[in-house]
Amino acid sequence: MHNLIVLVPLMPLIGFLISGLFGKYLKNETLIGVIGSGVVFVSLIVTSIIFVNLLSNPIESPIVITVYEWISAGSFSASISYQIDNLSILYSLIVTGVGFLIHVYSIGYMHGDRSFYRFFAYLNLFIFMMLNLVLSSNLLLTFLGWEGVGVCSYLLIGFWYDRKFEGTRIVWTGDAANKAFIVNRIGDFGFLIAMFLVFLNFGTLEYTGYLNQLSDNSSAFYGTGLIAAIALLMFLGCTGKSAQIPLAVWLPDAMAGPTPVSALIHAATMVTAGIYLVARNSVLFSLAPVAMEVVAIIGAFTALFAASIGIVQNDFKKVLAYSTVSQLGYMFLALGVGAFTAGVFHVMTHAFFKGLLFLAAGAVIHSMHEEQDIKKMGGLSKYMPTTYKTFLVATLAIAGIPFFAGFFSKDEILWYAFSEGNIWLWLIGAVTALFTAFYMTRLLMLVFHSKERFDHHKIHPHEAPKVMTIPLIILAFLSAFGGFLGVPYVLGFWFSEHPNWIENWLHPVFQQANIILERPEHHALHIEEYFLMIVSVILAIIGISTAYNWYKSGWEKPKLLVEKFKGIYTLLFKKYLLDEFYFKVIIDPIYNLSAGILWKIADAKIIDGFVNGLAKVTIEFGEIIRKMQSGIAQNYALIMVLGIIVIISFLLLSV
Amino acid sequence: MQEWILSLPLILISGFAIIAMLLIVFIGRRNAPIMYLSLFALITTALSSLYTLSIPNEIIKSSVNPDSIFANMLIYGNYSAFFDIIFCLAGVLTILASQNYLHQEEYEHKEYYVLILYAVAGMMFISHSNNLLMLFIGIETMSITFYILAGYFRFEERSVESSLKYFLLGAFATGFLVYGIALLYGATGTLDLSLINSKVIQGDIHYTYLIIGLGLLFIGLAFKVAAFPFHMWAPDVYEGAPTPITGFMSTAGKAAALVAFIIIAKNVIDINSIYPEIAIGSSTLTMIVAFLAGATMLLGNIVALVQKSVKRMLAYSSIAHAGYLLMGIVANNPRGWAGIAFYATVYLFMQIGAFVIIGIIEKKSFKYLNLSDYSGLSKTKPALAALMALFMFSLAGIPPMAGFFGKYYLFVAAIEAGYLWLTIIAVISSIISMYFYIGLIIYMYFNEPADDRPQINVGLSSITLVISSLGILFFGIFPHLLIDFASKLF
Repeated sequence: MHNLIVLVPLMPLIGFLISGLFGKYLKNETLIGVIGSGVVFVSLIVTSIIFVNLLSNPIESPIVITVYEWISAGSFSASISYQIDNLSILYSLIVTGVGFLIHVYSIGYMHGDRSFYRFFAYLNLFIFMMLNLVLSSNLLLTFLGWEGVGVCSYLLIGFWYDRKFEGTRIVWTGDAANKAFIVNRIGDFGFLIAMFLVFLNFGTLEYTGYLNQLSDNSSAFYGTGLIAAIALLMFLGCTGKSAQIPLAVWLPDAMAGPTPVSALIHAATMVTAGIYLVARNSVLFSLAPVAMEVVAIIGAFTALFAASIGIVQNDFKKVLAYSTVSQLGYMFLALGVGAFTAGVFHVMTHAFFKGLLFLAAGAVIHSMHEEQDIKKMGGLSKYMPTTYKTFLVATLAIAGIPFFAGFFSKDEILWYAFSEGNIWLWLIGAVTALFTAFYMTRLLMLVFHSKERFDHHKIHPHEAPKVMTIPLIILAFLSAFGGFLGVPYVLGFWFSEHPNWIENWLHPVFQQANIILERPEHHALHIEEYFLMIVSVILAIIGISTAYNWYKSGWEKPKLLVEKFKGIYTLLFKKYLLDEFYFKVIIDPIYNLSAGILWKIADAKIIDGFVNGLAKVTIEFGEIIRKMQSGIAQNYALIMVLGIIVIISFLLLSV
Repeated sequence: MQEWILSLPLILISGFAIIAMLLIVFIGRRNAPIMYLSLFALITTALSSLYTLSIPNEIIKSSVNPDSIFANMLIYGNYSAFFDIIFCLAGVLTILASQNYLHQEEYEHKEYYVLILYAVAGMMFISHSNNLLMLFIGIETMSITFYILAGYFRFEERSVESSLKYFLLGAFATGFLVYGIALLYGATGTLDLSLINSKVIQGDIHYTYLIIGLGLLFIGLAFKVAAFPFHMWAPDVYEGAPTPITGFMSTAGKAAALVAFIIIAKNVIDINSIYPEIAIGSSTLTMIVAFLAGATMLLGNIVALVQKSVKRMLAYSSIAHAGYLLMGIVANNPRGWAGIAFYATVYLFMQIGAFVIIGIIEKKSFKYLNLSDYSGLSKTKPALAALMALFMFSLAGIPPMAGFFGKYYLFVAAIEAGYLWLTIIAVISSIISMYFYIGLIIYMYFNEPADDRPQINVGLSSITLVISSLGILFFGIFPHLLIDFASKLF
């Protein structure tokens, strides 16, 4: 039964090979689209079967299935082996489920693109890599998937490589792709070192191996520098992949890719790989209180930082990108205070509503002829009613309006930030919630309501085709009701002792970490929790109503405010000048040093000189020996005789 | 009865070779029947060896009395059967690649195919020998067919010259081989290898004769594998011989000589012997082999750097590969031998594959062999260029091609035997070899094609190419299948 797991990553790989190798000759968009989506659908079905099986027959410890061992030397082995447990299956469901919907949507979105098959090939490859990342039973294969999704992200950001894209020192989409890739390399470096340290100290890269060693000797490892170092280096990797401070700068520019890519890779799945890695290593992190604190603080600040930038951006997709960075910050905040379940829960609800927001944005951008500037939109609700309605649902969900999906997950995070962290972390989170409600309503008003500001002669907005709206509707449904999978105890205690399904589901995964963190097994009712919940709902309503009032008629009112607070506005609009700071302080000096000294002197003169010299000597030497090959048999015999004499005399001397 | 079955491969190959040679007289002008008969002979032989391979070593040892028919001259074991199959495979691949080649060179004769059968028979006698005389007969059967095959283009000066050179120097080296056998007989009073082995264990021997005899024997074998300083014949012969034969000689021929090495080293060399004379002599001999191996790989790769002819370049690279293979003899333990078995297998695929492509590109007696003739091959013949690139990557030892694991297992065996310095030399010479392997790829992929390339025919060679490339990829992706198997052979 569990062996079926092999099919889950295998199917997208097959899809990738079909569209990658033969897509050029297939020529039929529908066929390519159906194959591309179909393979992911099969993966989804297989994952669901395993999921249902796990529901009925819960497992105590992870099941590891080794598909194939490539090489093994000593205690090191490089094998493709998958781990089935409640976390990996939940993640696979998200990846294949949301992934399937976005594949279907892409059939409509990419219609007519000259590289249609290439797009689906990359998308399938991405799903394959992402599934390897989450299903792997060891750090090595996770790293392979981690790098693989990075490559796919790179390929897809620069998918329209001949289009321009605006950004700090970015001209082409390819520049944005490079930026994403290079920034991620910095994080990967941390991941690699963490992996080396794990292997060096535990002699294995298998999760069940080193994590069990850790939990068996938790008192010996608790708070040691080694564990803190591993956790922090791993977290550095996460800040890259999940776009947190200090490596948050790449995600907004990643919006250069086609919108389904932004939805799938840069919102729903890949960017949450960092959360997955921390959650997977929850035992390791809970043994390093310092690292946990760092994770919580970085998460909280990133959440606020990105949300505040999102308030003033005018590019539809960039607002959503900053929103994603901010929501990812929330998730890390949850992980950092030890609320692993809440973090993973938010990954799920976020995948629903943020995927939906991006897909809806794609539908809008499509009908506006690739226009992304919200200043040039407005009043679209009557042209695109379905898109509008689904977008509204997603907005309510992300803003945290009660009983939509975001409400449950966000409030749980805020509650844990308060109860396990401190009031400041909560406050940052709450302010972020206010900002979130504000910028989302602003977006909604400027795009779908207010005056129509586009050119009616050139642009005739229209509803997207069915193949695009159906995924929207499904995601809207999930964004509206998905939250009921994680009803907090305070709201559900009269139904059952454990109303939070997702917490029960993930309980075996995080059990060890919870023991180390000394979390109580049972919930208690806290009156503060109701209070905080009410506060955050009020904040959300304030955010929504303010934005509604300011933007309901368009740009006139906000313009006055911009004039008034010019300084703050510019700072936010320019994203706290973080990109410029990096260029001035880090990139330019390194570049100048490299170009001026390291390249022209150290590399070209010293290293190349040495290497070329060595090569020249070797070749000269080869020429000399070549000349000894005279072609005369007598000479050959002579050399043989000399060799024999040397060997035999050597032997005679030794005996 | 059991021994008849176990010796069936040897009987089959010898019988088929003789029958085929006689049939030539009766068959008319057509060459194809003899070619297909030879293929059939090789395949049936391989299948009958497969049967032996399926029986565990211990059962063969306990159930067979090797004295009953062949008077203890032969040994039957898994490693013999394994190498039988390797030799037959090499024969099949070579014959498949030869037809088209000989046709375009207008030199197709029926005897060619039968000679390959004789060579394979010689090799199989080597791998089955339990007696120094048997070993000698095997080596000579193989060598004499090689002398003939090298001079197969009998109207081409270069081919005849290479054959004569090979014969003269080969005869010279054979002298040392026989002398070594004689000294070994003097030291132990027997030619039976298992008896020699038990006498070495009991210390019931004349030490000096033993060590010197072994030294001479090794010199003779070093000539056959083309190790430094007995390699001088190899570039000239490999260049002058018909291209598929070069592939055959440099893979199966080399593997057979290495099997001879293994048989002797396994039975006679013991560096942990309780008798200090044997231990010292053995470690000196091992050291000498290590030096030869190191010098061979360095020399082969460095001289290959400056070659302009692809055929000659690969001839030198094949010398270097003999150096890598000798590392398994240096290690002289089951891991090292398994490494040799693994590398001999994958080397067979990549080297024959590469030489088949050279044969396809080559035209009319030694033309179109230069690096510049491969310019832009990726544009005119993309499939051939891709396969050649695959073979080059594998020869260079780049994962996931099987060549990487071949080197890897040999290097590990040498390190574990305490020969770190030899492994470092091996790594350095591998790096040197990258230059010319990748250099050929650069010619094929980054240079503009020449205009005057003649028509290219592939014919049956395509089967060889498909088998070789699949073998390389398969054992590169699933190396443990072969290495686990090879470890159980010895």
